[in-house]
Amino acid sequence: MIAELGHFALIVALVVALVQATVPLIGAQRGNDAWVAVAQPAAYAQFLMAVVAFFALMHAFVQSDFSVLAVFQSSHSLKPLLYKVTGVWGNHEGSLLLWILILSGFGAAVAAFGRNLPPQLKARVLAVQAMIGVGFLLFILFTSNPFERIFPVPQEGQGLNPLLQDPGLAIHPPFLYLGYVGFSMAFSFAVAALIEGRVDPAWARWVRPWTLAAWCFLSIGITLGSWWAYYELGWGGFWFWDPVENASFMPWLAGTALLHSAIVVERRDTLKAWTILLAILTFSLSLMGTFIVRSGVLTSVHAFATDPARGLFILGFLVFVVGGSLTLFAARASALKPGGLFAPISREGALLLNNLLLATACATVFLGTLYPLLLDAVSGDKVSVGPPFFNATFIPIMFPVLVAMVIGPLLPWKRGDLSGMVQRLRGAFLIAASAGLITYAMVSGTSLVAVAGIVVSVWLIVGSLMPLVERAIGRGASLQHSAGRALALPRSAIGMAFAHAGVGFFVLGLTVLLSFQTEKDQVLRAGQSMEVGGFTVTLRRVESVPGPNYVAQRGIFDVSKNGTLREPALPEKRTYVGSPMVTTEAAIEPTLWGDLYVVLGDADGAGGYAVRAYFKPFVHWMWFGAAFMVFGGVVSLSDRRHRVGAPRRAKVDAGSGLKPAV
Amino acid sequence: MRPGVVVPLAVFAVIAVALGIGLQLKPSEIPSALIGRPAPEFALDPVQGTDKGLSSADLKGQVSIVNVFASWCVPCRVEHPLWEEVAKTGVPVYGINYKDKPQSAAAWLASLGNPYARTGADLNGRVGIDFGVYGVPETFVVDANGVIQLKFIGPVDRNALETQILPKVRELQARKP
Repeated sequence: MIAELGHFALIVALVVALVQATVPLIGAQRGNDAWVAVAQPAAYAQFLMAVVAFFALMHAFVQSDFSVLAVFQSSHSLKPLLYKVTGVWGNHEGSLLLWILILSGFGAAVAAFGRNLPPQLKARVLAVQAMIGVGFLLFILFTSNPFERIFPVPQEGQGLNPLLQDPGLAIHPPFLYLGYVGFSMAFSFAVAALIEGRVDPAWARWVRPWTLAAWCFLSIGITLGSWWAYYELGWGGFWFWDPVENASFMPWLAGTALLHSAIVVERRDTLKAWTILLAILTFSLSLMGTFIVRSGVLTSVHAFATDPARGLFILGFLVFVVGGSLTLFAARASALKPGGLFAPISREGALLLNNLLLATACATVFLGTLYPLLLDAVSGDKVSVGPPFFNATFIPIMFPVLVAMVIGPLLPWKRGDLSGMVQRLRGAFLIAASAGLITYAMVSGTSLVAVAGIVVSVWLIVGSLMPLVERAIGRGASLQHSAGRALALPRSAIGMAFAHAGVGFFVLGLTVLLSFQTEKDQVLRAGQSMEVGGFTVTLRRVESVPGPNYVAQRGIFDVSKNGTLREPALPEKRTYVGSPMVTTEAAIEPTLWGDLYVVLGDADGAGGYAVRAYFKPFVHWMWFGAAFMVFGGVVSLSDRRHRVGAPRRAKVDAGSGLKPAV
Repeated sequence: MRPGVVVPLAVFAVIAVALGIGLQLKPSEIPSALIGRPAPEFALDPVQGTDKGLSSADLKGQVSIVNVFASWCVPCRVEHPLWEEVAKTGVPVYGINYKDKPQSAAAWLASLGNPYARTGADLNGRVGIDFGVYGVPETFVVDANGVIQLKFIGPVDRNALETQILPKVRELQARKP
């Protein structure tokens, strides 16, 4: 009964979305206020229906109602409650429902918070948002109904995949979706602007916070997913350049470029067509990601049960959304008046460079991801493009981005002067260069790539944070005074410095990890030990430990460094009841300098166990760096500029009394 | 109109065509190196509670179906009734019991019925490796000369049985002089 209610709510949502996609659009075109006013209540109603449907499905999962096919296939009555709840989006149908929930949620948010938005623009944005909603609702209702019943009702569900019962894995999809779907806002605003034929700074101010929020969510989602891979898959990797990972990384790269080009539109009223294009592309890449994951076009370890019929539907939808918006772009972009001119060495120039490089990096990932498909389509050969390709192409493209990230924010708008820049950044450069030299001199076997990575990351950290400190301290100000000044700095400037420094921390962690990690594989008997990264790991014994639905072989290892005993490492191999699946639980011991990572392998049958141990230096700096980037994004999001004055189209920029923020 | 603004649309058109072609292809259909090759040499003891073991010699003389199954494998349970059905039509269905506990396999066959003309207990999975098995269930159609002619990965449903497996069996049976 509740499942049918959910199904019914989806049908109502579709009808509402159809109204929302058409009536306000026509109203805005004809200047009919009553029709324009339909958008807001429709957006609320669509969201409400999505909430009803979502909770109906969650109810079925929590109650283990196996008469619902999706519940039967991906849940089990013995699952802990948390995983019953997260199981809602752990399958194709439910994850689509979550997508729809978030999509309509963003629509409702525009309706609620966009009070100051010009009503016509708002109506058009909501109409475009509803068009996307119509596509997804048709998709879910016709190809992937989450409320499908089965008869006879099975006694027990099939979904007890132990590998998937993990908090990191369970919570990262909602963040990814908040990111993907969040970019739909930028898309809707872009298409609405093309329909209106007007893009101005007020428009950019509206788009920026939505994009920034989506970017933060996507960053969290990607980081959580990669963190999960690191501690759960048992070989210490964190990124595989797998098609599904790339599918989330491409919108991130494009979204990052969009964030930056929107600044230029907002501050300088130029780069408009490019920004609109980026907004379209970012969301298109999100949709493409959905297509890749669900159509079976590319094989991947992450893919949902794939189905070509669904693939065909998504492809049709993709052609409609991306093809339609790009056609609109082709027709209208020339009409967008170019704004202010700028010299190559200027803030605009630096942001443009950032955009070009990020777009190239994104295109590289795109090519690497789709090349196997293209080759298969042309010649029938099956290849896979692996990490060597991405490492060889992606990293060199990102390197200049990292260097320029420090210089760009210090350049003035319109025209800058490079020699002044050299003066200001001399300190940061000297610190970075000496960090590189010291590492090279102190640590034997340091490669030049490692030195370059360290120099550029220190450059980023110091170069991003130092100007902030300088602005706060000023000349000869007292400590108290500077604290006040630091707090009074625009939040967007603080956020930017933090986010850029976060990239620096991330690159530093990555460089040190890839250059200096050590790895040992050895067969150990009780009492024997091995050395890795300065640690001595001694196997005491292996014992059987019963868990709730598994039996674990737990290795007990003494860990010592320089003769001092530390916490023992307790890696496990878990064999699950009723399934042949074995999962590896690595023992990860965090230390100040990195993680000691111990994995228990198979018994050799003669009393020994294969043991793999890594020392992963600075690996936590990567997670910290990613968290710092997101933190920077959140700080910037709290800037008053995003809340006050943004939507007022009449008095743009001039005399608004706001500081020219960075 | 500036000509540049059409470029994104053109690029997308090419990508959309490629994706469309990609949909027709099946990347998950990994070509098996074993198709057209004789089945690997092996000899297995019967599953506990049954009397006839399975060896490569048994695969010669008539067209047969080799089904790799295990009691721990849930999809195997789903496809199981279909094998009962096929066995009744006279096509021999052989079972390789992959990495299973002898008692569990015996209990499984006892409770669900035994459609297999012969069974082989592949306790350590050696034969499975020779057959290139990487997931259970997997099903092979072997011709009268003991040559593997079709490999099906995953549970066989009615559609797969009637559109892929049985037609192959009939085709091979017809080929026999």
